[in-house]
Amino acid sequence: MSAFAEATVLITHEVGLHARPSVKFTKLAKSFAAEVEIALAANGPWFDAKSIVKVMATRAPKGTMLHIRASGEAATEAVGALAELVRRDFDEGAGHARTA
Amino acid sequence: MPEPLRLQGISASAGYAEGPLFNLDRGPARYTGKATAGEEKAALKAAIASASDRLATLIETADDEAAGILEFQLAMLEDDALTGPAFVAIPSGVPADMAWRQALDAEIAGYETSDQDYFRARAADMRDIRDRVLRALTEEQESAAPAGAILYGEDIAPTRFLETDWSAGGGIALRAGSTASHVAMLARSRGVPMIVGLGVVGLGSSPANPNGLALLDAEHGGIVLAPSKAEIETFRRSSSSFAARRDKAEAYLAKPAVTRAGTTVRVQVNIADPSEVDGIDIATCDGVGLMRTEFLFGKAPPDEETQYRAYRKVLEWAGEKPVTIRTVDAGGDKPVPGFTVEESNPFLGLRGIRLSLARPDVFRVQIRALLRAAVHGNLKVMFPMIAVTEEYQRAAALFAEEQAGLIARGIAQKMPPLGIMVEVPSVAIAPDAFADVAFFSIGSNDLTQYVMAAARDNAAVAHLNSVRHPAVLRLIAAVTAFGLRAKIPVSLCGDAGGDPASIPALLEAGLRDLSVAPAQLAMAKAAISDVAV
Repeated sequence: MSAFAEATVLITHEVGLHARPSVKFTKLAKSFAAEVEIALAANGPWFDAKSIVKVMATRAPKGTMLHIRASGEAATEAVGALAELVRRDFDEGAGHARTA
Repeated sequence: MPEPLRLQGISASAGYAEGPLFNLDRGPARYTGKATAGEEKAALKAAIASASDRLATLIETADDEAAGILEFQLAMLEDDALTGPAFVAIPSGVPADMAWRQALDAEIAGYETSDQDYFRARAADMRDIRDRVLRALTEEQESAAPAGAILYGEDIAPTRFLETDWSAGGGIALRAGSTASHVAMLARSRGVPMIVGLGVVGLGSSPANPNGLALLDAEHGGIVLAPSKAEIETFRRSSSSFAARRDKAEAYLAKPAVTRAGTTVRVQVNIADPSEVDGIDIATCDGVGLMRTEFLFGKAPPDEETQYRAYRKVLEWAGEKPVTIRTVDAGGDKPVPGFTVEESNPFLGLRGIRLSLARPDVFRVQIRALLRAAVHGNLKVMFPMIAVTEEYQRAAALFAEEQAGLIARGIAQKMPPLGIMVEVPSVAIAPDAFADVAFFSIGSNDLTQYVMAAARDNAAVAHLNSVRHPAVLRLIAAVTAFGLRAKIPVSLCGDAGGDPASIPALLEAGLRDLSVAPAQLAMAKAAISDVAV
C-alpha cells in the first residue's frame, strides 16, 4: 500500500541539526522503507532524509521549522517517528549542546 | 628574523605538558595507479571499507562522547552521497586517490565557508575522513608519536586524538585549529593540554629544535621551544601546582570576586574567537573586557557581514553585560597578508590604530560592523596602540562619519562608548591628555615590554619583562588614580590580570577591574580572595 504523509516540527536543539542529531535522524529514517525527505520551507527544496551528507547540508539552526514528508510503505509512521525525535530534542539534554 | 622561541596561541584545554615535539604534518604518501578503471574503483571501495572497519573498531572501545564523533564519521563514509562522486569520476580516467580527494575537498569547502562556528569546526572531521581513506589507499601506516610528546601541526584529526595514548602525558599545539573543534572538546573532557591559533609564523615545518624538549603551557596558551634551564624550572613549578590550584579555584568560579577585606573586584574575560563563548557560562564573569578581532583578519581583511555576525554573536551571548571589542590590532607579532607592512622593527612601527588610520578603507568596514552590532547588546569599543590624542580624535571622527552614513541609509546602528588601550608609555605617563575618552584599558603586556624595552617573545630578556617592576606598577597606579579623579573607568586586560602572582600588586595599585583568559577565571577569583586590599 502506498501512502503519503507530511509534518512540520520546530528544531529546539541548541546548535540545530548538527552531527550527533543528524546521525540519529538518518539512522531512524533508514529504518523505514518509505522514501523520506526534509526541507526548510514548505515549497522545498527537498533533501533525502536518509543521507547524512544532505541532512547536514541543510545547516538547519535552532528555531528552524523542519518539514518532513514521506511516501511509500508506513509513510505516516516514518514521519511521526522522525518528528517525535526532533520534538524530544534528539534525546539529548540541554547540557549536551556544549560538549557534543 | 630568527625563529621565535616562545609562541602565543589560545588555550583550548588548560594544563601543562613537557616533552619532545612531534610533527603531525607529513607529506602524502604516493599512490600507485591501477591498470583499469574497474581496478581503481575496487581499490577505492576496499579503502573505504577498511577505513569504516577501523572506525567501527574504535567505536567499540570509545566512551559516549567519542563514539558520537566516530559514528558521525562512519555514517558519512556509508553515505553514497559522499562517496558517489569519486566513483563517477574514475571511469573518465581519474586515479582513485585523486577522485577521492576531489570529491571530499568539495564537501570540505562547504563546511569551511559556513558562517556558523559549529559547522566550520566540522571541517576537521571531514578532513579526517578524507585522510583516513587516502591512507588506506596508499597502505601508509600512521607513524606513532613517542609517549608524552607534544603533537604539533596545522590541525589534528579526531581519530588521531583518540588513537593516541595520553596516559604518559603529552599535549597538542596547533597553528590553526579551533576551540570549538571535536578534538578541543575531547581534550577538555580528558584533561589533555591543548593550544590553538599559533598562526602562520613559528612552529614552522622546521622548528628551531625539531626533536628537543618543548614546554606547553596551555593554561596561558603558550609554548616554549628550546627552553632554558630557568624556564624549565619555572614551568615545572607552575605545572606541579596546577591541578591543586584548579581544584581549589573551582569553588570560586560561580561566586563574585571579593577580597579578604570585602572589596568587590570585577572580573571579565578576554576572548580571541567568538566560538570561545560557547564554553563559558556568562554568570561566572562580569562581561568581556577584551574581544580581539585579529582572528577575523587571518588571511585577509574580512567583509562587513562576517564581522557584524561575529560581534553580534558575542553581544547576544553577554546579554546586558558589557562587551569591549578592540579594533584590529594587526602588525607587531600579528601580520596580516595584504594589510600589514614588512618592517625591520614591527613592534615600534605601523601597528594597531596607526595601521587602521593609515588604511581607512579597511578601518571603515570594521567601524560600520561595530556600529550595526551595537544595537544587539552592551558594546564598548577601544583602540589599540594610541600614543597621542590626535589618533583618538581621528578614530572617533571616523565613527561619527560612518554613523551618519548608516543613518542616511536607514540602517539600525548605535554609537558605543569609545575608549583606549593604555599600552604606549606616553599615555601611561600623561593620561590627563585623554580626559575625553570613555574608558581606559591597560594592556599590561605591551606596556611592560615598552617600559622595560624587553620583547615578550625573547627568552633572553624574559627576566626583564615583569609587570611587577616598580616602574610599571607606578604607571598603572597613576593611570588608575587619574581615572578615579576624572571619573573615567580603568580596567586591565593583559596576562597579568589572570596571573595569581601579579594580582595582589595590581589590586594594591588601585585596580578593581581585571579581564582574564577564560581558563584563568576561577584561579583569578581565588587569588583575589586572598588579597588583603
